[in-house]
This record gives sequence, structure tokens and C-alpha cells, in this order.
Amino acid sequence: MNWETVIGLEVHAQLATKSKLFSGASTAYGAPPNTQACLIDLGLPGVLPVLNAEAVRMACQFGLAIQATVPARSVFARKNYFYPDLPKGYQISQYELPIVQGGQLKIEIDTLEKTIGITRAHLEEDAGKSLHEDFHGLSGIDLNRAGTPLLEIVSEPDLRSAKEAVAYLKKLHSLVRYLNICDGNLQEGSFRCDANVSIRPLGTTTLGTRTELKNLNSFRFIERAINFEVERQIALLENGQKIQQETRLYDAEKNETRPMRSKEEANDYRYFPDPDLLPLVISPQFLTQLIPTLPELPDAKRDRFMRDYELSSYDANVLTQSRELADYFEEVVSTVPGEPKLCANWVMGDLSALLNKHHLDITQSKVTAQQLAKLLKRILDNTISGKIAKQLFEAMWNQEGEPDALIEKQGLQQVTDEGAIDKIIDQVIQQNPKQLADYRSGKEKLFGFFVGQVMKLSQGKANPAQVNELLKQKLSG
Amino acid sequence: MSLSPEQVIKIANLARIAIDTQAIPRYAENLSDILAFVEQMNRVDTSGILPMAHPLEAVARCRTDEVTETDHREQFQCIAPQVEAGLYLVPKVIE
Repeated sequence: MNWETVIGLEVHAQLATKSKLFSGASTAYGAPPNTQACLIDLGLPGVLPVLNAEAVRMACQFGLAIQATVPARSVFARKNYFYPDLPKGYQISQYELPIVQGGQLKIEIDTLEKTIGITRAHLEEDAGKSLHEDFHGLSGIDLNRAGTPLLEIVSEPDLRSAKEAVAYLKKLHSLVRYLNICDGNLQEGSFRCDANVSIRPLGTTTLGTRTELKNLNSFRFIERAINFEVERQIALLENGQKIQQETRLYDAEKNETRPMRSKEEANDYRYFPDPDLLPLVISPQFLTQLIPTLPELPDAKRDRFMRDYELSSYDANVLTQSRELADYFEEVVSTVPGEPKLCANWVMGDLSALLNKHHLDITQSKVTAQQLAKLLKRILDNTISGKIAKQLFEAMWNQEGEPDALIEKQGLQQVTDEGAIDKIIDQVIQQNPKQLADYRSGKEKLFGFFVGQVMKLSQGKANPAQVNELLKQKLSG
Repeated sequence: MSLSPEQVIKIANLARIAIDTQAIPRYAENLSDILAFVEQMNRVDTSGILPMAHPLEAVARCRTDEVTETDHREQFQCIAPQVEAGLYLVPKVIE
């Protein structure tokens, strides 16, 4: 039988506020345990939560960016469950009236665009961290993270493959970073994802029994975990077995999912409006004032790059994946006007290769946009060849100096003097009489050999276009 | 509506309350009475009525995003049963 995969994703994006959602404790990452957990975060008696205005603003910005409704009134609710890293015995979340309702995100799969529905996004507080290493048979609890603001973003079950799920996540990741509302750090847990996965016979419309996958902390693992889970579900159904609705953890080392113990699944959250918090009212004026503060978003930037710089959709997508990369590219282009494709190739090629090799992001690049622009100018004015430029770029990366100084110091100027190139060609022809005879008797493939020899003899400095032209003349005799 | 002994046990478990099994029939009766009392509200036609989120006719006031709290870990932890390396220690939740 042919099966269709149905995936819905829940993303927890940690909002980049300075203080917590309901208290004035710091949200900075990596502090010594429990030094950023105050009376409110600890759930001690007699305290009252007070909502962080910045978290509200960020949630509204997100709502506007995905063309969602930000209702005039939203309500905070208590989600009740017992776990040691949740000191109050409930998490303050939103249930029936979330702050963001019904939006959408466009993804691109093999150049086809697809719109993924976003059901809702709501504000909630994070829990603390449990450390299960051995503390004499006990667990250690760090409540620094307790109360940190999260925006939980819930998609419709519109995704049909692990690949689509990853494309959606990358798009969402890019969007929250463009908006500057989340640092998007997967390793530190600022951007976490749970996946609801089910399968159904192709052509049917009722949803199958789903499982929820947790512990997905990299885009690669998410794709693998979903693929594993889909295979597992297909095997079960094709063997006439049933799928258990359950939460499963992904084990990256074994590349498998396995059920969490049933004890933790007996969830009955008994949501009710939190009597400590009054309804949140957002005025239309507030939203209107927020619109001009939105940055140019990834889709708009991509379209502009295609229009203004005549880049392909692929190039424009790569360059607009992060705001910082797009800014870098635009800084190069503005210094080397009229050559956007050359700039794009260098940013996406040599620069990205070195960044990847050293596990750096664009903000940590060893070569600034201005330096790269200077290098490209020297290619364009024929001072150096593209090949020499690649060597120079590595030298610049290694902090050996500015492009012009390096060209001067290492004598890398391109040879464009016809007389000089002629001399080299003559020498090559003289040294290779057999190849010359073969070429003249019809082995035209040998042309490449001669070009190679000339470039080698000139130490890569001869202008390739001139070499081609002059060589053709000379070889034909 | 009348609660079964199983439902009483489930409710106790959700609330993490240990109950005396002898007392289950009495809990079932009392809780059922409470539910029956609340049940009367189902007779009221509430279609078109906005659910009340809060009894006060007021809306949330927000605070500005500033760190105002300082570290008081030592004071907080002196009332905890067991601490180590700055962590609160609790019975193990994962075997």
C-alpha cells in the first residue's frame, strides 16, 4: 500500500527578552544554577506574576509577520501537572484564547512553493532543568530557566515529509531571527521542536493515530527521527498491528525513537484561566504602530534580490537565509556595483566554504565585506585572475593582509602584456613538439594541455582570456 | 453524575494526594454531590455569552523588560530539604 505522511510541528521559540515572562529575574544563559530564580519563579506563596511587555510585543510582531490575527483579548491559563522542575505545580500558558491565531508560512521544496498553516502561537513560561546524573540517587533541579518566556508555535498538519518539516523549521528559524525575537540557538535550547507524526493510506483524508516525537535538537536529527518514525509506523500497520498514541524520544546515537515511560503520559492538564492574571488586551493602535517596526522579511528580501540583482531564486534564497548574510552580501554589492552575480558567487562559494570549514557564522567572518569587495574589484580591473583571487582570499582569511598589499608583496598582478604572454607560449610550444604535432594533426583536445602549461609557467598570472586567444593563433601555425 | 471508585483514585493521583482506600466510597459520594451542585449551571443557556476569564473588570498591566531581581540563592535554599552544588535535590523522577 502507498502511505501518506502527515506531520504537524510544535516549536518552542525562547523569546530574547532580558527578564522573565512574569518576573524581573534575568534570562541570561549559563549562569550558576539557581542564581537567576527569584521568589516568583520558585512559586513561593504570596507572590504575583506581572507580564513582561516586551514578550507581548515580540509575540505580536511574530503574529503580524505570519499574517495572523492578534486578537484584542487573550487570556493566560494554568496547565496543571507535577514535575520537580515546575515548582508551582502548573505552567502559566495560554489555552483557549492565545495571542496569535491562524497564520501561514511559505516554504519552497524543489522550487515549488507550498503554504503551511500556523494554527496558533501562544505565550508561556518555560520550566526548569532536571539533572539526572547521580546525586546519591537523587535528581538535581536548576530553576534558572523556570519562567523564561517561550512562544509556542503550532503548525497545521500540513507537512507531508521529513524534508518539508525541515524546510518549514528552517523558514521559521530564519523568520524569528529576522524579527530578532529569538536567538535561534538549537544547542542551547532556544529553538526546540516536537513533531506529531502519523501516516494514512494515500488518497484518504482521516488522520491516523499520531505519535509525538521529542528530543529533536538539530535539523538533521529532526529529519532522521521523522523518517525513522514513519518507517516504524508503516511496518506496524502493514503487519496488521496498531499504532499507540504516545510520546516517543529520539535517540540520535541509535537513530531510533522509543516510548517515554507511561507514567509521564498520564496527562490531564486541567487548564483553567489563571486567576492571578488579568486578560491581556491589545489595541489596534498598538498593532498599527508595530507594523513599521518590522524589518524586511525573508520572502520580501528574496524577491527584491531576484528583482534588483537579477539573481536566481536559488541564489536569492541562500543569501537571504539570515539577515546577517544578506546584509554582508549587500555591503559587497554596494561597493562593487553592477556585479551582483560575481558577489553572490563569492559569498556563497569561497566565503561560505571557509565559514563552514571553521564552523563560523557570517558575523564571525575573518574577511569583512569591504575586504572581499576590494578583492573583487581587482578581478574586475584585470589586476588578478579569478584563480589568484582564490589564493589571495585564503591569505586574507588567514589575516595576512589587505588585498592590494598582498598583490604587491607577492607579485600577483596578472600578466596582460601580450609580448610577455607570447614569450611564454613560444617556450611551451618549443618544449612540447610531439603534442604540437598531434594537435596539428587533429587532436584538438590537447588545447587544454597547452593552456595548462602556459598558466603553470606564468604561475597562474597570465590573463586566461588572452592566453586562449594567442594560443589559438600560434597553434594553428 | 456519580463518580466511580476508579475515577476517585485517578483524581487523587492527578492531585498527588494519598487517600485511605477505606474512605473512597465517602470521597465518591462527596465529590459527586459537589459535581451535582455545579451541574445545575448546565441548565442555563450560555450560548452567545463570553466566558469570564476573570471576575475583575480590569485588564493586564505589563512591566517593562528589566532585570530587577538579584541572586538570593542562599536564602532560598536554606529552607530546602536537600541541596548540592547549587541544585535543589529531589527524589529521582527517571529511573
